Amino acid sequence: MTLRDVVQIVDGTVLCGEDNLGREVHLGFASDLMSDVLTLLADDILLITGLSNNQAIRTAEMSDILQILFVRNKRPTKTMLDLAKEHGITVITTPYSMFRSSGLLFSKGLQPVY
Amino acid sequence: MHVSFQVQAGDFSNAGKVSSTVKGILKQLNLGPVHVKRIIVALYEAEVNVVAHSYGGTITCEVEPESVDILVCDTGPGIPDLDLAMTEGWSTATTEVREMGFGAGMGLANIRKNTDRLAIDTGEGKPTKIHMCFDLANGAAHA
Ligand SMILES: Nc1ncnc2c1ncn2[C@@H]1O[C@H](COP(=O)(O)OP(=O)(O)O)[C@@H](O)[C@H]1O
Ligand SMILES: [Mg+2]
Repeated sequence: MTLRDVVQIVDGTVLCGEDNLGREVHLGFASDLMSDVLTLLADDILLITGLSNNQAIRTAEMSDILQILFVRNKRPTKTMLDLAKEHGITVITTPYSMFRSSGLLFSKGLQPVY
Repeated sequence: MHVSFQVQAGDFSNAGKVSSTVKGILKQLNLGPVHVKRIIVALYEAEVNVVAHSYGGTITCEVEPESVDILVCDTGPGIPDLDLAMTEGWSTATTEVREMGFGAGMGLANIRKNTDRLAIDTGEGKPTKIHMCFDLANGAAHA
């Protein structure tokens, strides 16, 4: 699916990286544990997380993850969004929970990593 | 080439800056993405550990055509039982570290997984010195 599909499925709001909504994403990974994210080898992953701080963006940068979905209306700070922009990361926020977001995206075909 | 950086203890808002800078250097030197990823994942975990668990330290990187050598040294307080600390899931992380998304006790295990050679010199009340070596000779990974 494209990031545009992701936004539509989770009733999301794009906070930065609007230019890349046509990008395809095949895998989803939901976690608040950054060390867990750092074990992933694939690149085209949507990171679904409730952890809204600099390290979430940094971890995405280190793992070559180019899209993050923040659940439960977590609002990243300006510093976080600047960091995301600098690394070409698209940031989306949704009012839905991690469970609901993951369930909806999975049912529409986003693949699990494991 | 040789580069060196300082890392401040407890400075969570800047944790990862060194890893980010080194990532930029490795990409500029045209290292393959597979190598860049494993080097940077190991380095980032080590950098976060210096911020989270130590009194601060330095990171030194030596990039050669065949290998990358990274030395992460801090000024203490050291790891009393290294075997235990290497165990996945074991952690002394504070609430503050957990709020950063770390503290699951997976960092040292991640470092070991991503390095070709790893030497850790530490002990109670001692500095911790982590020497990570990455071989670049494996051609397939340059893809
Ligand atoms: N540089 C360090 N200085 C002192 N203690 C450390 C250092 N790095 C790791 N440790 C100790 O080893 C434990 C395990 O580290 P790690 O596997 O990275 O997990 P985490 O950082 O999630 O706790 C830490 O909780 C800490 O007690
Ligand atoms: Mg750690």
